[in-house]
Amino acid sequence: MTDLFGIPLPALLSQLLLGLVNGSFYAMLSLGLAVIFGLLNIINFAHGALYMMGAFLAWMGLEYLGLNYWVMLLLAPLVVGVLGIFIERLLLQWLYKLDHIYSLLLTFGITLVLEGIFRSFYGSSGQQYAVPDALQGATNLGFMVLPNYRAWVVVASITVCLAVWALIEKTSLGATLRAGTENPKLVQAFGINVPRMITLTYAGGVALAAFAGVLAAPILQVTALMGSNLIIVVFAVVVIGGMGSILGSILTGLGLGVIEGLTKVFYPEASSTVVFVVMAIVLLVRPAGLFGKEK
Amino acid sequence: MESPAIELSDVHAWYGESHILHGISLSVQKGQVLTLLGRNGAGRTTTLRAIMGLTGERRGSIKVHGVETIGMPTHTIAHLGLGYCPEERGIFASLTTEENLRLPPLLSTPRSTPMSEEAIYTMFPNLAERRQSPGTRLSGGEQQMLAVARILRTGADILLLDEISEGLAPVIVQALARMITTLKAQGFTILMVEQNFRFAAPLADYFIVVEHGEVALSFPAVELATKQAELDVLLSV
Repeated sequence: MTDLFGIPLPALLSQLLLGLVNGSFYAMLSLGLAVIFGLLNIINFAHGALYMMGAFLAWMGLEYLGLNYWVMLLLAPLVVGVLGIFIERLLLQWLYKLDHIYSLLLTFGITLVLEGIFRSFYGSSGQQYAVPDALQGATNLGFMVLPNYRAWVVVASITVCLAVWALIEKTSLGATLRAGTENPKLVQAFGINVPRMITLTYAGGVALAAFAGVLAAPILQVTALMGSNLIIVVFAVVVIGGMGSILGSILTGLGLGVIEGLTKVFYPEASSTVVFVVMAIVLLVRPAGLFGKEK
Repeated sequence: MESPAIELSDVHAWYGESHILHGISLSVQKGQVLTLLGRNGAGRTTTLRAIMGLTGERRGSIKVHGVETIGMPTHTIAHLGLGYCPEERGIFASLTTEENLRLPPLLSTPRSTPMSEEAIYTMFPNLAERRQSPGTRLSGGEQQMLAVARILRTGADILLLDEISEGLAPVIVQALARMITTLKAQGFTILMVEQNFRFAAPLADYFIVVEHGEVALSFPAVELATKQAELDVLLSV
């Protein structure tokens, strides 16, 4: 058996994979937060609750309607996206002119309401969601055993993140979005319906959170509080990566997942705090975050 | 009679609590070049921004091609045929030159023929060479060219140009003057704010001096010589 710094290689690699899986969730959630923050200038505290809703919708789809994982992987983000449209049109749009704290409070309130609803119906204990048939089992790579579903989570989320990045950085739609992030008034003066773009961006950002939620359903317990557990770390990721940077939030998400995983191997006691230690150091050295621009 | 391209009657506009425009009335006929003169802070830029719906509250009447726009959102107003070039040029740093050029969509009811990209690159050859550079890497003159070029691509027939000669080298200012003359010959209606009187004087058909958010003086270009003394008093700092 090969060792690295006294740790058996398979153990190291499996923690690395676990870190990548967590990092995938961080990346998808912080990406959505970054896009929303860029255009709407709000910190969407409800992101974790909408991720939780994605996971619950996956479970409910199977439980009540017999809709399988693959259907819900598309349907749950769609439903949450539509909910996002309502949240933005009915509530958020009135707060853009006010201080950040109001939208933060509102989205925090939405989190409490959503979590409360799911907790009162389904309690605090988790719902089990089976790994879809096609992704069950594991593949022996020789140097480690790779659970198929975890590999799928990493591949799917990196693919989605890169697709979102390409959409924003390489297409004309993305150019409009980037311009809107810089100077929404001027973009509107060119005849572009900026309010509608804002609504759809919010919907897209929260749909991404729901997509992450569906991916998470088979490996994490589906509970009302699963989003709250994750979102604090995700906010730290956003701070480390730098607010409003697309590629930054993807790389930081994956990177911190891996750092967290490795910490579990080398110094398990610090694994739940390492992200915040990194955040403190980054804030000392680069207050705007690793990829952020000083304003 | 055909309605004017732009017609403002008793327009008041605010930024938050500050009342900037105090009842401006003016009209710009089709194909006319009208220059707004005045001291800094007189309300010239705000007049352009009020037409685009970019101020806070607006009151009075602002008609574009005879259509009342006071209750319209900014993006709907633009589609009536307006092309807006802001004072700070508004070139987007995160967009390449080409993306900046292509950002404003074709207007839904273009009143002039949208200028093709080839025609634009022929008119502004520097931009063609810098297509893939980030917009803010361009020189000040090139950024100004880009800011004007991108609104010519949309089919707008009314151009609102805010201080386009500001801070540019004399040779660039001359190029801009030739450009305005060309655009005027092509039938564009142009409402421009200018600090540089020598730049504006030979171009404009009509002058309006704005003072304290009101029209202080207005006269056609032919009366320029007789109004010069009055003008000097109004514009002296």
